[in-house]
Amino acid sequence: MSFISFLISGISLGSIYALIALGYTMVYGIAKMLNFAHGDVIMVGGFVVFTAMSTMQQPVWLSILMGMVVCTVLGVTIEKIAYKPLRNASPLSVLITAIGVSYLLQNLALLIFGSSSQTFQSVVSLPPIRITETLVITGETIVTIITTVVIMVGLTLFINRTKPGQAMLAVSEDRGAAQLMGVNVNGTISLTFAIGSALAAVAGVLLCSMYPQINAYTGQMPGIKAFIAAVFGGIGSIPGAMIGGVLLGIIENLSRAYISSQLSDAIVFAVLILMLLIKPTGILGRKLNEKV
Amino acid sequence: MEKNKTKRVSGLARPAFRSKLITYVLAAGFFGVSALLVQAEVAGSLYEGLLIPMCCYIMMAVSLNLTVGILGELSLGHAGFMCVGAYVGAVFSIVTRTAIPSAWIRFPLALLLGGLTAALFGVVIGIPILRLRGDYLAIVTLAFGEIIRKLVENLYIAVDANGLHFSFAKAIDPLSMDLATKKDILNGPMAVSGIPRDTTLLLAVLFVMLTLFVVMNLIDSRSGRAIMAIRDNRIAAEATGISITKHKLIVFTVSAFFAGLAGVLYAHSSTLKSTQFDYNLSIQILVFVVLGGIGSTRGAMIATVILYALPELLRFLQDYRMLVYAIVLIVMMLLNNNARFHQLKQTLFQRKAKEETT
Repeated sequence: MSFISFLISGISLGSIYALIALGYTMVYGIAKMLNFAHGDVIMVGGFVVFTAMSTMQQPVWLSILMGMVVCTVLGVTIEKIAYKPLRNASPLSVLITAIGVSYLLQNLALLIFGSSSQTFQSVVSLPPIRITETLVITGETIVTIITTVVIMVGLTLFINRTKPGQAMLAVSEDRGAAQLMGVNVNGTISLTFAIGSALAAVAGVLLCSMYPQINAYTGQMPGIKAFIAAVFGGIGSIPGAMIGGVLLGIIENLSRAYISSQLSDAIVFAVLILMLLIKPTGILGRKLNEKV
Repeated sequence: MEKNKTKRVSGLARPAFRSKLITYVLAAGFFGVSALLVQAEVAGSLYEGLLIPMCCYIMMAVSLNLTVGILGELSLGHAGFMCVGAYVGAVFSIVTRTAIPSAWIRFPLALLLGGLTAALFGVVIGIPILRLRGDYLAIVTLAFGEIIRKLVENLYIAVDANGLHFSFAKAIDPLSMDLATKKDILNGPMAVSGIPRDTTLLLAVLFVMLTLFVVMNLIDSRSGRAIMAIRDNRIAAEATGISITKHKLIVFTVSAFFAGLAGVLYAHSSTLKSTQFDYNLSIQILVFVVLGGIGSTRGAMIATVILYALPELLRFLQDYRMLVYAIVLIVMMLLNNNARFHQLKQTLFQRKAKEETT
């Protein structure tokens, strides 16, 4: 029975990774850049909700909405100021700029909220469900999984059924050709950052509800792991990010439960390396033929 | 006449040689002046404490530049090699401290052992990632770096009268040891203490010189040209008969070796903690390389000196210094890629060149 409960909490942790990984993978697919600051947007989302709930005493739904709005604005602003001027620069320059943005967000948070961790009050008030004596599913787990499923379905519908969604696909396929077809490339890239950042805010709230603490570095490790999840599933592929995220969460939780809690990160990384050696472009990644 | 034509141009007339010489002189000059300032007590002890780590970081940046700038593969796990070197060197020095009392014999052995172990890791990591490219390679190097750190964090080594005791992932059972002579060497995630402070500034600077010498001559050699050919066009390089496997492995091994040496030097100058070697350090070194101008050894060196000292120079800003550092980083990257800024730079430098000629 304990195996099932580890599995379920793994899926729940993996759902959060998947939400973050979506932001990485969409931005990579469309802007062809690794947005290293994405992990810190999660942290900002967490802090906004934290402030709204505990300092400003707002209801939960309004706090989450505020978090999403702030993160969306933040994501679009970062893109406009820091990444847009570098659109034709080398990928390394963009990577370093993203690292700079990441430092900036972390240090702003340090200045405002201090270096000690704050206790995050869970946004979920659902009681845990007892299936048997040992198999207990917490409210956070249920809410996380349901939220993720709803977002995934919504996002898939948005991308496949709406015009802006199709524009996103077109830009990720071939930016130049999309522009010639009348797609507003800059607008589409902004939209991608907006969606990715809003998802990061949701992920931040869920993450902080699961591990009820928040500090300036909260987003760092989940950000890296979500990045790994995106690569695991094949970077640039949206279903890949979902599969990669959930698998990563399950692997991490099971290795923490059965092998060693200190080594779970190392095991996650080792599985990633093995995976990439067998299939160098990830689970759903497309093989790119090189042109000579 | 014929003889004169085929005679190799040597010495200062060769531009490559002159460029290398400038780099050596810059490095020697900077550390010479710094040492003098410290001696004359113009610079404070804070500055003195910066110099040895700065040397280690220069070695890291110069060796990472070989992978990122010359081979053209993004590596995010350079700190992992430094971690290997630091821990191997530290454990060796602590264990043999009583057996080999002379630092003159012990420290070179520690350096060699740390460097070679790191190089071995370079090969071990280099082989599987030959298949990978670009972002996939970057994430795998990041993963390797983190794995190394996590493994070190779970390593327990202690010594007693019966010899060495190893344990992995859990602390050593104290009952299995002779408690009277027991001494912890590695204690999992705890900081390592008791490492002899063998690294002197002179030694560190000499190793910076050695790194510069080997790396710059490697770049300037036949292998170096082959490596750059792989960077510029892999398929064309392969078609001309350059072995990609061999040259990639050369780069990974040499780069890891010097990172390992830097680790040993670093470990013998301060306390050692595995959290120092997380991916943030790899990224910091990468920032030095990129801001120095990717592919430029001298640039990597200068950028390291400036950027490593910058947070210390900004100390008067107190809590805001890392914020300012981040902003400086972003602004520098934006300016570097701004066409108008480049024009401005060009006109400025042209004016200077004209003044020099007149």
